[in-house]
Amino acid sequence: MEVRIALVQLAPRLGELDANLELVTGRLAEATADGADIVVFPELALTGYLLQDLVPDVAIRADDPRLLGIGADARDVMVAVGFVEETPTRRYCNSVALLRGGRLIGLHRKVYLPTYGLFDEGRFTRAGHQIRATEVGDPLHKVGLSVCEDFWHPFLPMLQVQDGALLLINVAAGPARAPGSAAGLAAIAGWHKMQDTYALLGTVAIAFCNRVGNEEGLTFWGGSRLLGPDGSALAEAPLYEEALVMGVLDTDDLRMQRYNLPVVGDERLELVRREVDRIIADRAGIAPHTDQGTDGEREAPPVHAAREPEREVEPA
Amino acid sequence: MTARAAHVELPPLPVIEPAITADLIVAFIRAQMSQTGFARIVVGLSGGVDSATVAFLATRAVGAENLLAVRMPYRTSSTASEADALKVVQALGCRTALVEITPMVEPLLALMGVSQDSYVLDDAAQVRRGNVMARQRMIVLYDKSVEFDGLVAGTSNKTEALLGYGTQYGDMAAALMPIGDLYKTQLRAVAEHLGVPAEIVAKPPSADLWPGQTDEGELGRTYEDLDRTLFALVDRRWTADRCVAAGLDRDLVEWVAARVARMEYKRQMPPVAKISLRTPGIDHLYPRRRPGSRRAT
Repeated sequence: MEVRIALVQLAPRLGELDANLELVTGRLAEATADGADIVVFPELALTGYLLQDLVPDVAIRADDPRLLGIGADARDVMVAVGFVEETPTRRYCNSVALLRGGRLIGLHRKVYLPTYGLFDEGRFTRAGHQIRATEVGDPLHKVGLSVCEDFWHPFLPMLQVQDGALLLINVAAGPARAPGSAAGLAAIAGWHKMQDTYALLGTVAIAFCNRVGNEEGLTFWGGSRLLGPDGSALAEAPLYEEALVMGVLDTDDLRMQRYNLPVVGDERLELVRREVDRIIADRAGIAPHTDQGTDGEREAPPVHAAREPEREVEPA
Repeated sequence: MTARAAHVELPPLPVIEPAITADLIVAFIRAQMSQTGFARIVVGLSGGVDSATVAFLATRAVGAENLLAVRMPYRTSSTASEADALKVVQALGCRTALVEITPMVEPLLALMGVSQDSYVLDDAAQVRRGNVMARQRMIVLYDKSVEFDGLVAGTSNKTEALLGYGTQYGDMAAALMPIGDLYKTQLRAVAEHLGVPAEIVAKPPSADLWPGQTDEGELGRTYEDLDRTLFALVDRRWTADRCVAAGLDRDLVEWVAARVARMEYKRQMPPVAKISLRTPGIDHLYPRRRPGSRRAT
């Protein structure tokens, strides 16, 4: 069965929610007119990226009618769009909504907020606490949503694959840097390697939608791509320019790829869980230290560490 | 750890792909224009490679008719500089203005008690003269920016910024910094790609604040050595010892490292004494270009 997936690589206007809603709605109409079943917009498409203290000014609730109105008239089309979410407990999150027919069918809050180098996200937004795949019904069963940096943590997409996702949607705002050679930017090569690997190891389709445009000194590089479950490129957008590209994912390919390479079905989650539990206990200093050769990083020798377990406090 | 073997090759120069770099900068300039509501650019054109490159980039971004290149010679400025500046204007077909700063600078220096020929007298007077000239040019550029209705594009590069080789509120004053993240050697590659006249790219860089001055003479190091060292220390975060082990001269490395630290103040806004709960620059943080920041048209 064929699924037509559109990637809308646009340049949101920084801090201008209404203008961006209009922009997104307009491009969505173009994509649906072209027969798209799924339309993906970039990270923070409704707000722009370098918001700093503008965050509370542009934040909306996930049940905001302006958000739910996106694509409400296109009944069977799924729309993924990034925005700043004000949660019911007044946390401000960098979120991606999955919408269909005026309903919110999926929501992912960016779990990994880059706060290093040129990034300062952890200062202005709070991290999400869930990594799930969203039920979307046949033929894709479930979709895994993530935001940019989330993809640099391989457990996240692989958990979503184990949770049943046949398609991973990553929305991004990747700034260009280090134009070292004609082959392109160092950051782009890293993204490509990573996406190709996830598609292959997860036998999963990947829709990556990265924004373009400029904010302050940053230039966002675009280069959105749709990958089939064998890592083949089904659609690729140009660098730096606004574009709407469409690719066709044939779920029969996915079916055969998962038969030929059944690594996802062979995963041993009970082993993973046991070892992850052990590593967590070891790091937190709450494990009985009897085993040898643990690679887990200890912040104090076991004899002292056992005294005071380190816990993270959940924000209110 | 074993001792590092003696390297024949020095640490590398920072390589960039000039075409991609030029495209990124042109996109940056265009975005700054649309986000601020300006359509025009003013640049001080000295005849050197930095300002020539900015002029070429600005022309690509906004068109020659929207670029005003201001030539601001002083009585001791070299005639070759003026000739080179005119070559850039001719190559681009941009607008240009000639504003001699001598009749502004001389009375000011006299009033302040700076000797007219102090460049042969003492260092402090020379620094004062150089700063007055750089700041006088800034005054001219900012005045022209109102007259021409354009933004002042800075011409400082990364080598200068890191070494603090520039005058605060003088040549370092600008509304946008198109080449501020390019080392001098990278800038030359971009200049060649853009078609900046070869003799301008090749000539020894000079602030031209007094006759015979060259950057490399004044800094006592070549730009190649400086860029290799800065790239290792800053971009690759090497320690001084590692730089030396890789073949760089210890005096050079230590001089550069010390200068980068000492000149930090030139690269930042001045510190504000924290009193209130919300202080501009500390915890009142906004992007410069945001809703409401674009001027009314």
